[in-house]
Amino acid sequence: MSIDTLWFVIVVMMFTVYAVLDGFDFGTGIIYVFVARTDTERQLVLKAIGPVWKGNEVWLVAGGGLLFLAFPKAFAAGFSGFYLALNLVLWFLIMRGLSIALRSHLRNPLWRTFWDAIFAVSSLLLAVVFGVALGNLIRGVPLGPDGQFFAALWTTFTPDRIPGILDWFTVLVSALAVAILSVHGANYLALKTDADVRIRACRIADVGAWVVVLLAIMALPALVFVQPALRDGYVAHPVGSVLLLTAGVTLFTAQYFRRSRLDLAAFVSWSLFILGSLGSIAWGLFPNLLIATEDPAFSLTISNSAASSYGLRVGLVWFSLGISLVIGYTTWVYVSFRGKVERVLFEGSYE
Amino acid sequence: MTSALFYDRLQFAFTATFHYLFPQLTMGLAALILYLKSRAYWTHDVHCDDAAHFWTKIFALSFAFGVVTGIPLEFQFGMNWAKFSTFAGGVIGQTLAMEGVFAFFLESTFLGVLLFGKKRLGPLVHWIATVMLFLGSWLSGLFILATNAWMQHPVAYAVDNAGAVHVTSLWGLLTNPWLIWQFTHTMTAAVVTGSFVMAAVGAYYLLSGVHADFAKTFLRTGVVAGAIATFLLLFPTGHHAALQVFEHQPIKGAAFEGHFYTESGADLVLLGQPNMDTLKIDNPLVAPKMLSFIIHKHFGAEIKGLTDFPREDWPDTMPLLYYTYHIMVGLGTIFIPLMLTAAVLLRRGRLFQARWMLWTVMLMTPFPYIATTAGWMTAELGRQPWLVYGLFRTADGNSPLVGSGNVLFSLLGFFGLYLLLGLLFLFLFFQTVARGPAANGGLPSSKPTG
Ligand code: HDD
Ligand code: HEM
Ligand code: HEM
Repeated sequence: MSIDTLWFVIVVMMFTVYAVLDGFDFGTGIIYVFVARTDTERQLVLKAIGPVWKGNEVWLVAGGGLLFLAFPKAFAAGFSGFYLALNLVLWFLIMRGLSIALRSHLRNPLWRTFWDAIFAVSSLLLAVVFGVALGNLIRGVPLGPDGQFFAALWTTFTPDRIPGILDWFTVLVSALAVAILSVHGANYLALKTDADVRIRACRIADVGAWVVVLLAIMALPALVFVQPALRDGYVAHPVGSVLLLTAGVTLFTAQYFRRSRLDLAAFVSWSLFILGSLGSIAWGLFPNLLIATEDPAFSLTISNSAASSYGLRVGLVWFSLGISLVIGYTTWVYVSFRGKVERVLFEGSYE
Repeated sequence: MTSALFYDRLQFAFTATFHYLFPQLTMGLAALILYLKSRAYWTHDVHCDDAAHFWTKIFALSFAFGVVTGIPLEFQFGMNWAKFSTFAGGVIGQTLAMEGVFAFFLESTFLGVLLFGKKRLGPLVHWIATVMLFLGSWLSGLFILATNAWMQHPVAYAVDNAGAVHVTSLWGLLTNPWLIWQFTHTMTAAVVTGSFVMAAVGAYYLLSGVHADFAKTFLRTGVVAGAIATFLLLFPTGHHAALQVFEHQPIKGAAFEGHFYTESGADLVLLGQPNMDTLKIDNPLVAPKMLSFIIHKHFGAEIKGLTDFPREDWPDTMPLLYYTYHIMVGLGTIFIPLMLTAAVLLRRGRLFQARWMLWTVMLMTPFPYIATTAGWMTAELGRQPWLVYGLFRTADGNSPLVGSGNVLFSLLGFFGLYLLLGLLFLFLFFQTVARGPAANGGLPSSKPTG
């Protein structure tokens, strides 16, 4: 495997782990007002993500940094091209981060209701925008010969040669993303809470999973229709089908485990489902980082946007060390905080 | 000037300045909390532990704002400065990514442990978490400053055929000579901010007659750390920061000193207004030959003036640069005698009764913030017109396809949002201080959590 390829894998890995880890925080936010009705229940839900959500968010920040390190051109083109959408992401990230940190600061019920609403809405909208972003990566963007583009928020709502950020395809992917993350959040809460909250979370996971199946059935043909190149990756390297298979199988095992009340197994299955789905897409897109809609020759690939080989090699050395440490202490934190939140006497935070 | 470039610059300046208000407090407090927590751990001192717990809450508050305002900065490299990122990603991508992997994970993860894990994890783990928090926040500072130091003084790079730069030695990048003084000066400044805030809260409690025990601990810690740090800010760190500017960026040095004409035995301008038409300082108050002496340890030494350099290489905001530098140095000069007096009073056991001094300490809180902001404006305005000093001009760095209307849109958004964030932070800060340390210590289960 060439070093460019390895860095492609690393960058994809960072963002997929981000989707799995912060994904359940988002999901928790999306279903927040439905699963948690009273103030005590809401505190319980926030406690469930309390010790981990910030660390989870760093996968995004570090992923961005690593993309910058390995493929500076793609980082520059993508971030400036999605200028408007990323501004929304920034706003929602800011609001969401503050809502979790500040909600329980005061006892005033109006204060809490306000931040509850911000938490729910910003989590939902972030999931929407990230879903749309994924749709854009699959469909391609109007890259010019200089390797830059600027995507309008919408044009004709169809994925043609000069598409906007929103079109029917990206919206469909986004709906799927929202559904997947809601179920993910529900699975996490089923694992971490009990009594009423758990019962409601299980119900959402149940219904949500069927919505996901339905949307996936609609999205699969759309994927191949909008981006035929997705198949190329599999034709070139058929082993990638393992990822597809994983996604397909875990989607249903998660339901099986849910029925059998094996919360941990259900949560892990669903996480693998997310990993598998995103991994399959990345496999299909490889070696493209940003696909050009107008002329495939303008696409940014791992070979025309990689940093120097010294930079990539030395980066690999410290990255291996750094990420091992991160995985080590993150695992330790998850293990230390395992179990249901209610049975644990938690230390109060941000207040 | 309403080009996209202008708004891009204004947006970076505004968002970076705002961001830095928070990390300076967290980095400074991290050191002080580590001290309190270590004392608590080694001497089983419950009082110190409660004090550390109280400051961890302020830390968490400032941290939350620091994180949410930091993400827009990292995004802006790609969003607003696409050509710069394409040009420099092969070098600064390294340090920015290292910051994420080595520092942000550490800080974010262990803050969670510290806030949520007291009952679960026991005192040793808690102490270790504090060490990690300190390491994480100082490493954040180190790596971001390594990035900035490279922009001030590029080292360890090669230019490729496409005109982009690539790192040639990671070690060289991390041991950039510029970084040594920039890091020590900035971190000392962060300790100044942290200790001034801690001392001020102590002074406020004493003056209001509440939480006297905690107040004395805060004052003692804040005043001693503050006195040491303010001194270190001037010497050696500030002095060497100035020396390296004169060595590597003589135009910046001449501009911030208000030194227009090359001369031997240059005066140090203390006060006065730069006049850009006559190229003189109006109403000057100067220390004769002192500039030559400070820079070259010799009263007759020659210092190059601005007019010796082509005008297109001058920083385009020269008077502002001059003022920000003088504000920083002026405040630094006031801090030293002030903190020394407080330390002497403390030593003689009179600080806690000296109400005038307590008032002064309390009212000093905003000034370290002003000094650090002014310091950053000195460094960054003085770097103009270069984005990477001597290599790459700011005018060539912004995103070609992001139009001025779009940047203005996001800029106005940041103005509005950050105004609210600022008010919110102040409100919650005062709220936390008003609630006091005693009410929070010891009994974790009796309060609302989240
Ligand atoms: C409490 C804050 C504070 C105080 C009192 C001072 N500084 Fe400072 N200074 C900073 C906080 C700061 C800073 C925010 O940390 C900066 C901005 C960039 C940097 O590297 O550090 C800085 C930058 C900075 C620079 C510019 C470096 C560059 O252009 O890259 C110089 C020359 C000095 N300082 C020198 C001094 C001197 C001679 C002081 C006399 C007492 C002084 N500073 C006080
Ligand atoms: C947090 C403290 C900082 C403050 C207050 C600050 C302040 C500023 C200011 C005032 C400007 C506008 C200069 C001008 O356009 O005239 C600026 C620009 C900029 N700074 Fe900083 N800066 C800080 C730290 C950094 C660091 C650590 C980096 C690098 C990692 C950095 C990178 C940049 C870039 C890329 C620009 C835009 C291009 C330019 O105008 O030169 N800044 N900053
Ligand atoms: C202008 C360039 C800068 C960029 C791009 C930047 C980027 C960031 C980002 C992305 C975060 C959020 C990290 C997370 O998700 O946990 C952050 C937080 C932080 N930054 Fe910055 N930053 C800049 C300037 C600075 C400077 C100059 C310092 C200190 C010398 C600094 C110190 C910190 C610290 C300590 C944090 C942790 C949060 C806190 O303590 O408030 N940053 N920064």
